[in-house]
Amino acid sequence: MTYVIEGQTGPWEIVVGLEVHAQVISESKLFSGAATAFGAEPNTQVSLVDAAFPGMLPVINRACVAQAIRTGLGLNAHINLQSRFDRKNYFYADLPQGYQISQFEHPIVGAGRITIELADGQTRDIGITRLHLEQDAGKLLHDQDPSHSFVDLNRAGVALMEIVSEPDIRAPEEAGAYLRKLRQILRYLGTCDGNMEEGSLRADVNVSVRKAGEAFRTRCEIKNVNSIRFVMQAIETEALRQVTLWESGQEVEQETRLFDPSRGETRAMRSKEDAHDYRYFPDPDLLPLVLEQEWVDTLKATLPELPDAKRARFQSEYGITFYDAGVLVAEQAVANYYENVARGRDGKLAAAWVTGDLFGALNKRGATIETSPVQAATLGRMLDLITDGTINGKIAKEVFEDMLETGDEPDAIIERKGLRQVTDTGVIETAITTVLEKHAKELEDYRNGKDRLFGFFVGQVMKETKGKANPALVNEALKARLKSS
Amino acid sequence: MTLTKLTLTEARQGLVARTFSARELVQAHLDAIERLNPTLNAYITPCPQSDVLKAADAADERYKHQKAGRMDGLPIGIKDLFCTQGIRTTAASAMLADFIPPYESTVTERLLKEGALFLGKTNLDEFAMGSATTNSAFGPTINPWKRADAPEIALVAGGSSGGSSAAVAAGLALASTGTDTGGSIRQPAAYCGIVGLKPTYGRCSRWGIIAYASSLDQAGPMTRSVADAALMLEVMAGADSRDSTCSPRPVPAFHQAVGKSVKGLRVGIPSEYRVDGLSPEILALWEQGITWLKEAGCEIVEVSLPHTRYGLPSYYIIAPAECSSNLARYDGIRFGLRKDAPTLDELYEKTRAAGFGTEVRRRILIGTYVLSAGYYDAYYLKAQKVRTLIMRDFEHAFNTVDVLLTPTAPSAAFAQNDNVNDPVQMYLNDIFTVPASLAGTPALSVPAGLNKAGLPLGLQIIGRHFDEETVLSIGSALEKAAGFTHRPTLYAGAGA
Repeated sequence: MTYVIEGQTGPWEIVVGLEVHAQVISESKLFSGAATAFGAEPNTQVSLVDAAFPGMLPVINRACVAQAIRTGLGLNAHINLQSRFDRKNYFYADLPQGYQISQFEHPIVGAGRITIELADGQTRDIGITRLHLEQDAGKLLHDQDPSHSFVDLNRAGVALMEIVSEPDIRAPEEAGAYLRKLRQILRYLGTCDGNMEEGSLRADVNVSVRKAGEAFRTRCEIKNVNSIRFVMQAIETEALRQVTLWESGQEVEQETRLFDPSRGETRAMRSKEDAHDYRYFPDPDLLPLVLEQEWVDTLKATLPELPDAKRARFQSEYGITFYDAGVLVAEQAVANYYENVARGRDGKLAAAWVTGDLFGALNKRGATIETSPVQAATLGRMLDLITDGTINGKIAKEVFEDMLETGDEPDAIIERKGLRQVTDTGVIETAITTVLEKHAKELEDYRNGKDRLFGFFVGQVMKETKGKANPALVNEALKARLKSS
Repeated sequence: MTLTKLTLTEARQGLVARTFSARELVQAHLDAIERLNPTLNAYITPCPQSDVLKAADAADERYKHQKAGRMDGLPIGIKDLFCTQGIRTTAASAMLADFIPPYESTVTERLLKEGALFLGKTNLDEFAMGSATTNSAFGPTINPWKRADAPEIALVAGGSSGGSSAAVAAGLALASTGTDTGGSIRQPAAYCGIVGLKPTYGRCSRWGIIAYASSLDQAGPMTRSVADAALMLEVMAGADSRDSTCSPRPVPAFHQAVGKSVKGLRVGIPSEYRVDGLSPEILALWEQGITWLKEAGCEIVEVSLPHTRYGLPSYYIIAPAECSSNLARYDGIRFGLRKDAPTLDELYEKTRAAGFGTEVRRRILIGTYVLSAGYYDAYYLKAQKVRTLIMRDFEHAFNTVDVLLTPTAPSAAFAQNDNVNDPVQMYLNDIFTVPASLAGTPALSVPAGLNKAGLPLGLQIIGRHFDEETVLSIGSALEKAAGFTHRPTLYAGAGA
């Protein structure tokens, strides 16, 4: 599948690279002991280091380093055993030190890759250029007072991972798939919660266009796009703008732009000439970050199973389809739930129940897998009762509804409602007799060749037994009766 | 007994023997400050007398119960670059004229823990940028020494720790803390006739010391004897998890190195330090120092530090580069001076224009320039490479010698008005001290004699990384040989 923009001068392809800022999940900040919880009262999670008081010094938080390494490993990336922190100097009211401590020349993580899946089921590898650790800035509040702005430093100094992709993305859809996959991996690893609304995942999008086979043309960077949908829209919009410029004989200027979703356009923020000179230099307050291979190995050994591996395993271990496996591993909690249901049981049946009835019910209730009224063990027990013939599939739906409502165990529900499947052939024979007597007309039609009516009789017998009859036994007994009489 | 003339070691003996009380010792110093500080301006902020006396009484109690710490009851000055909890800390800048830190620097905390009494915060060049303590927002410090031929001329105390050196020389403190970035302990110590020790970079924690140039800043003692420097460094030094650049090495018993035989030690004389135009007096003193050490049994070896001449220019790139970034936090937003303005950029401009003095602004500008795109490689990167070469010079020299002996400064204290309008001339004062700063090696200045005008001159001993012990041994040998007992014109013991 290729994405092209049909211009007046012919087709154009787009070239996109993403810089994602992912807030690291950690108890305390990258260089201070202050807490990182989201949503606290302004300026209640600020240490003297964060507020850049005179004489305060940064000390690297080992937990944040571990998170960056784990993320690097999860992105199949090279871990640099020696990296360095640099200062990125600029003045702003949300930046207490007057510089951001970042990793400019020597990042902690080098080249890696992410495999994305597209709507048509095809997969593609997108290269990761690097991942580095840096400090987040504080937040300015402009809406508190008509003439003053306020500063909240709770976020100042929180650890961010900047994850830079290669310019390998060729379609808005691929950008979306890349971000979803990246977020999924981060969540699996527990290194970032991936929450774009709260700003814990933010994307800068680099876009350029070119004719097939050309070298790269000038790119523009669209800053701080805060949803996957907007990233895709911004790429489309910006690529069209650039095509129009080129085709009208103008040049695309390298600049930083903002995407305005309400107007569906990108706007210039600052040009290359106005770009900050960040005066990067090695931070003299920090020693080079030197990692021991042994520690990296330990972190690697304790990495959770990641989505791609889990998906492959689900396919082979539980015999489910690639598609179903993809749905089930989308979120780690769902995958765990499914696996608790499927383990030692019929994997396909488990997948059908989880992706069908359970998802439907959760959807309807606005619940998530974590808040599901039916626990995996309970659902599993119900599947056991289907398999051992205690209930049939139809009754199971009724039992499941009851489980959702009451939270009761399936055995109790079956007992309470008397839903145990009828396997007593005597009862089934009696029901058949009743049905055939009641439907003499249909019986005659059947005998005259209306074979379709067999299903009708099965239905009636099931109804007569209030749905509890074992359908296989009903089939068998009915066949025998119709043949003989 | 004149209590303000004692060394730390003597004062501690007196307190242990109960020859005098800590209260008496402190009172003598408070009186001296009251009498001389208006002239010398050694202290920016003397601590309230009642507070110091109260602390002295507590020290006396501890002596009574034999629970005294290593610095107990000893009144000292603290360079006003160390943040002291509840005591105004200005860095001699209008920017921090009203700044009272809610925290205590690691070094001063350690001194307090051993019972030291803080008499006040001593003057310095603004943010430690200067070589004369003439760049202070609170006025210059005056050297207590006077030229015999022109006693009316006010001389500089050296810098940037000039308040500390003047206070110790004039009897306004038994000792002081200083910080040294390019010579800021050693040069004022030499100008005021006292001992100044810059430890190895990483020996003392920088936590809570207002940063000038982070890769060079190092705290150290300024005292009346080498033994005092050893004692005080033992208390100040040591690992600190709050400073990543602070060494985890254990602190040796430095005092045991003092007075130790130096027989057989090899002393290097770097030929490159014989710079053109060096005054004959300084050369003569240097020769005298060589003779003394020979007599003490040292072997004198001529060595070469070929990159010495690039030290000063490299220093004046690296230090301003770091300072331009370190001082960005003084923006008027969270603490310190603020000049309100309608926009953020104007607030920055007005605040920083009002808060920073000329020299600080100059160094911020230089530092910003050398880090800028297009200039970084030519200046900052080149300077860092030179720094590496200078470190190698020292490493190479220390393969054959144990210490180096050099003059501390190219001249004696100069007049307040000299060099004021010529920053480059001013920077040249650091020519002998800067290389050891760039290399991070320990260096000690010991008062060794007087020039013709009766002003003190110092000799510098530079040692291997984390080998302050050998430096102190050689220093005490020099001290003994020199027998420097001269006192400045203005000092607390000199009658009323």
